[in-house]
This record gives sequence, C-alpha cells and structure tokens, in this order.
Amino acid sequence: MIGKTSPDTTTEPKEILRRRWRLGEKLIESWIFLAGILTIVVLLGIIVLLLKEGLPAFWYTPPWEFLFGTKWYPVSEPPTFGITSFFVATLWVTLVATAISVPIGVACAAYLAEVAPAKVRETVKPIIEILAGIPSVVMGFIGLLLLSPLVQSAFNLNTGLCGLTAGIMLSLMSLPIIISVSEDALRAVPDDFREASYALGATKWETIRHVCIPGALSGITAAVMLGVGRAIGETMTVLMVAGGALAVPVSPTDPMMPMTAAIASGIGNAVRGGLQYQALFAIGLILFAITLAVNLIADRVLDRQKRKFAR
Amino acid sequence: MNIRKRLFIILPVVAVVALIVAIIVLSSGGGSSIKIIGSNTVTPLSSVWAEEFMNTHPDVSISVSGPGSGVGIAALIDGTTDICQASRTIKQSEIDQAEANDVEPYEIQVATDALSVVVHPSNPVSELTTVQLSAIYTGEITNWDEVGGNDVEIVAIARDTNSGTHVFFKEHVVQMQGLPTEDKSLEYGGNVLMLPSTEEGVSQVANNPNAIFYPGLGYVTEEVKPLAIKRTADSTGVLPTVQTALNGTYPIARPLLFYTNGEPTGVKGQEKVIEVGYVPLQ
Repeated sequence: MIGKTSPDTTTEPKEILRRRWRLGEKLIESWIFLAGILTIVVLLGIIVLLLKEGLPAFWYTPPWEFLFGTKWYPVSEPPTFGITSFFVATLWVTLVATAISVPIGVACAAYLAEVAPAKVRETVKPIIEILAGIPSVVMGFIGLLLLSPLVQSAFNLNTGLCGLTAGIMLSLMSLPIIISVSEDALRAVPDDFREASYALGATKWETIRHVCIPGALSGITAAVMLGVGRAIGETMTVLMVAGGALAVPVSPTDPMMPMTAAIASGIGNAVRGGLQYQALFAIGLILFAITLAVNLIADRVLDRQKRKFAR
Repeated sequence: MNIRKRLFIILPVVAVVALIVAIIVLSSGGGSSIKIIGSNTVTPLSSVWAEEFMNTHPDVSISVSGPGSGVGIAALIDGTTDICQASRTIKQSEIDQAEANDVEPYEIQVATDALSVVVHPSNPVSELTTVQLSAIYTGEITNWDEVGGNDVEIVAIARDTNSGTHVFFKEHVVQMQGLPTEDKSLEYGGNVLMLPSTEEGVSQVANNPNAIFYPGLGYVTEEVKPLAIKRTADSTGVLPTVQTALNGTYPIARPLLFYTNGEPTGVKGQEKVIEVGYVPLQ
C-alpha cells in the first residue's frame, strides 16, 4: 500500500527506502498519538455527558434533598428523588466486601509470594486469575441459588437477599485482583531485604510481617483500591442478590439497593431527558465522584509510601 | 525489519476495513426483523407467537425481550422498537412524550391477566383482602399473624420500577384504586424487596416460607400457592383462574397490551394465550 505512494522510478532505491521509512514512522506516530488522545477524549466525553444529563436533576431536586432524601419514587406523580438509602447501601456492600477480601487476599498473596514453593504458585495463580474472569451474572446466580439460602439460615434472617450476601459475592470478585496485584508487589520487594532480616535472626513470619508487607505496602494499597473500585462499581451481582429494598439499611443483613443497582433497575424505563433519566445520571455523577476520590486517595497513599522508601 | 514496520501500518488499516465490512453485513443481514420489547409478564406470550410466526415466515426474525413495561414504552417513545408489550396502560405523560417524538402509540389488547398473589405452600394464609395487601406492601403490616398466619415477619417482594406490574399493583392494590379506601399518597414501603425479574420473585417465594409476591398468572408454578383475593372484607375470596378473570370476578385482573407506532394490520393468535397460562380475550 505504502509502496505505491512513491511511483518515481528514477530515484535511487536507498532514497525510496528512506522516504518510505519516514512516512511509516509518521503514520505510526500519529496512530499512537490518536490512540493516546482517544482515551482522554472518551474520558472528557463521559464527564461532559454525565454533567449535561445529570446536573439538571438538581434543578428539580435541590442537591441536599437529593443526597439526604430517603424517598425514591421515580414513577409516582410527582416523582421524589432521594438517594441516601442507595448511598448507604453502597457503603455497606463495599465495607463487607473489603472486610472479607482484604485480609484473605493479602494473606493469600503473602503465602504465594513468600511461602509457597514455585510449583504451587505457578498452578494456583492462573487458577485465581480464572476466578477474575467469571462473568458477574454467573456470580449473581451463585449468590442467588447457593449463598443466599446459606446466609439466611446462618444468620437466621427473613430473607437471604441482603447486603451481606452481595458483599460476600463482591469479595469473591475482588479477591483475584487483590491477590494478583499484591503478589506482584510482594515479589518486587528486593531479596536483600529478606536476607538482611533473616541475618538479624527474624523468623519467616516476622520477615513477612515486618519487612515484606511494609515494603510492598504501596502495591498492596493499590491492590486494595482496585478491589474497592470493583466492589463499588459492580452492578449485575448486587442487582440480583442485594434485595433491592428502598429503606435506608441499618445493618448489612438488611435487603438494600446499592447505587449501581438503582441505576440499572431504573434506566430502562426512563425516557431520554425525563426527570427520572436525569436523576439516574445524577446518581452516576455521584458514583463517578466517589470512584475518582478513591483513586485520588490511593494516589496520595502511593506517593507518600514511595517517598518514605526513597530516603 | 521493513516488513515488520509495514505490518504495523497495514494491520490497523485491515482491522478498520474488516470492522466496516462486518458492520455493513450485519446491519443489512437478509430478511426483515421485528423487535418486541417491554413487559416481563407478556414475554412468554410474545415468545410463543414469535416462534409460531417465524415457523411460517422463515425470512422474518423476531426478537423478544422483557425487561419491563416501562422499558418497552420508553423504547417506543424513543423509536427503538417495533412493538412494545405492556402490562399496564400507557400514561398520558408518556403519550405526550411520544407525540413530541412523532410516535403515535396504538393500543391493542392481546390477552388478560389475573395478577396473582402467591405465597409459600406451607403458609396457612389462603386469602387476603385488598386492604390487607395494601398494608403489607406499604409496610404497615409486617407480621403474618396480623392476617391470620404464623408469628413470623413478612418478606414482601415486588418488581422494580421498570415493571408495569410494579405500577399496576401500586395503583390498584397499594393505593386501592376504585375502593372507598383509595389513597393516592400510598407508596411501597421501604422494607419491600424490588427484584429485577418475575422468575426471581417466584423462585424466592418457592424457597422462603415467609415471602409474598405478585406474578402474572402465566408465571404461577406448582411450587407456590396463589391466594384468594377479597375486594372488601365482606366479599368472598376469588382465586386467580382463567374463568374468574374472564367473568370479571377476580379483583386484580388486567389487560396485557401491545403498543405500536400507528395502527398495524392483521392480528391473530388467541389460541396460544391459554397455552401460556393467560386469559384469552373471549
């Protein structure tokens, strides 16, 4: 294709080659540049869309009423929009998921990176990564059919469809990310550190506890944040197993509707540009702000950690 | 080296061309296609009709999906579906929105549904009045012993707001439309579980002795027990069946509808209605 662009046969072959090469270089350069720009354009587009569609919701419902209102009746006349219960539900579900997945995930990563023989690690790690590939709707089914009856009988609840069930399923979904990223971080800790620790007479446990994990803390923090992000943003599973009650949940064993589930269960019947449509986009805007905040905090922590070790 | 560099340039170009070709082929794919979207309740019925129609007209493909009546009506208004199936009538505000988009909703009743209220077979309660149902779903009654059952908490299950059944049940049962006790300000209580599909609700009731849910007649299975509904405390309880829906004695019967943009031609298929478990028009 490119060869045909220089039909001039009188030029020396070397010259042709050089020109072709330069043209190719230019093309690749602009291709990469476009790809780079595209992500920024898409991100900006999403922000603009969220603001454009979501902000008008605050004309109808003032922001404080929207944030702290506990009544969500989008199909009533007139509709009422208050998202406290969704917000609290998201907090509960994320809290449960984090509380379960972080200790298990970090412990598992420490085992794989520090204790397990190479053979075990090489078999277990791919299996854990397969867990990350299970579609969320399948996790929802597992939660619905296997976990929710268990949770119901174990905690003597009225229904197994509750925040706790959703949180446990979410923890299973964020575990692979946490394990995988933390394990990489732990393995990146230089062996000198471990050897120095052993030389001082520390046991394996003391080395892991006081040398390896602190050394890899920045990576582990990033892993935890990725896991939290996954838990906040996950939709299908929580839609299926969290129960979807509109009351503000006071305990994780209450049925609840996290923000993502509220958007998913309402967006279909919202007419483009209608009040409910705008309100759902406003929820999306708030969700976006939360994940942005999580990422910024993670960034800060990472930065501080790096500086601490750069002494 | 040179070949590799060239590959770098050619590959993306080939990928883009392939993508464009794929899009063209897919969008112009042979035969015509019809899209039906809307009520979860009507979905089994539309699916049977669609299969039948595709058997006799192999060149037509029909896709049926049932996320909820509200979704169907929104799609009709936005012009993204051919037929909207609904288990509630279209609201005036929705007609206005449709007309603003140059869409003229045309209503066709395709069947009747006796909206059934079901509980677990082990539940001793066998009939409820509309007022009791309303109180259960507003959260005023929270224990089965208040309506003659065991001393256990009620797990009230509803559909989410996408659902026409959600809206129909709210207007006709929760707000008691047409009864002297009608109260337009009543809403579902905060304790009510809103589930994304009718199947999930039925399976929850089948596995939970304390649960109550309202599926369409076509979704009632052997694993759940339909309740007899009493319009008022003095009237006799009526079970949801084809007969009681046809003769008008069942209090919460409702039309199942198709909406199209403008009037379509030729409507048949009533013999299939009863097979799916709903009530034919005559």
